[in-house]
Amino acid sequence: MVSMSKNRVKVCVLRVGGTNCDAETKRSLVELGADAEVVHMNQIVEKKKLEEYDALVIPGGFSYGDYVRAGVIWAKEILGKIGPNLKTFLEEEKPVLGICNGFQVLVETGLLPGIEGISPFPTATLATNFSAKYECRWIYLRHENRGRCIFTQDLTKDQVLYMPVAHGEGCFALPKENEKKLLDRLIENDQIVLRYCNRDGSPAEGRYPENPNGSIYDIAGICDPTGIVFGLMPHPERAFYGWQLPDWTSLKELPVYADGKQIFKSMLNYFKNR
Amino acid sequence: MRYKAKVEVSLKKGYYDPEGETIKNSLLDLKYSVDEVRASKLFHITLEADSLESARSEVEEMSQRLLSNPVKDNYRIEIEEIE
Repeated sequence: MVSMSKNRVKVCVLRVGGTNCDAETKRSLVELGADAEVVHMNQIVEKKKLEEYDALVIPGGFSYGDYVRAGVIWAKEILGKIGPNLKTFLEEEKPVLGICNGFQVLVETGLLPGIEGISPFPTATLATNFSAKYECRWIYLRHENRGRCIFTQDLTKDQVLYMPVAHGEGCFALPKENEKKLLDRLIENDQIVLRYCNRDGSPAEGRYPENPNGSIYDIAGICDPTGIVFGLMPHPERAFYGWQLPDWTSLKELPVYADGKQIFKSMLNYFKNR
Repeated sequence: MRYKAKVEVSLKKGYYDPEGETIKNSLLDLKYSVDEVRASKLFHITLEADSLESARSEVEEMSQRLLSNPVKDNYRIEIEEIE
């Protein structure tokens, strides 16, 4: 195991053609003291080894043009080219974060929700938004995790966050035939992390635009049963600095950081406690 | 032998289809009396295989592994030999 007292946490921000949130994601991590680098998928396959890193982030964007289904092409590429490395990575309890398109990738790899362990087929989906539109807006999220997810350790239960979403396929759905049972399992396992809510933290209850995509149970982010794999549709890297807030020019006091910071901070704190 | 396959991927019943709904509304605007529209995706795949059966089973696998998400999609395969 890597000792983090001396070394900086080495984070791989993976990218392929169509990824477009890698720079902001890297910047957020570097700002918090991590040694983050943007690595192209081809580099990780050919030259650099995944095992050189302490954490993996799959950032947002439109990998491979969202062809077939958002995230699926990249997911299959990951499984086909670095599947065994990723398995080792997870066995070493190294965290994996998927933001937006990264969340779609993690669902398509079968890593999330992973109720019965890593599945060879996706066991959930991020389907087309109910609005049939690309939803690009600031939304409120309630943190509902009871302590499983390592990426929200710095947040209190029921804390409300303000972050933007930007996606066309973000409607989290489970197989209809046993939807209720699976949702109950997710809640029971403490895999629900973030839910779309109203400004006061009360549930969005599927109402648009507070729930921007029609996700079941207002789900915006979930973790795997171990809590070291986390996927979310909102963009913490676009809500990292205070000056990224949509109303920053009219704020009396501009905060240095915005709510997204806590996701990255929690992830890095995980290494302090190891 | 060369084969040509068509794989149609469509949303399972019970899943809301925003694309189909948008198309339906546009058709209603054009004064067509449509009850429902469901959109689907069609993939045309040409491949080499030893027999029709092996071509079919390969396309079946492609459909399960990449072209559809078993949670929300159905798929239908049509396959024929080409010269």
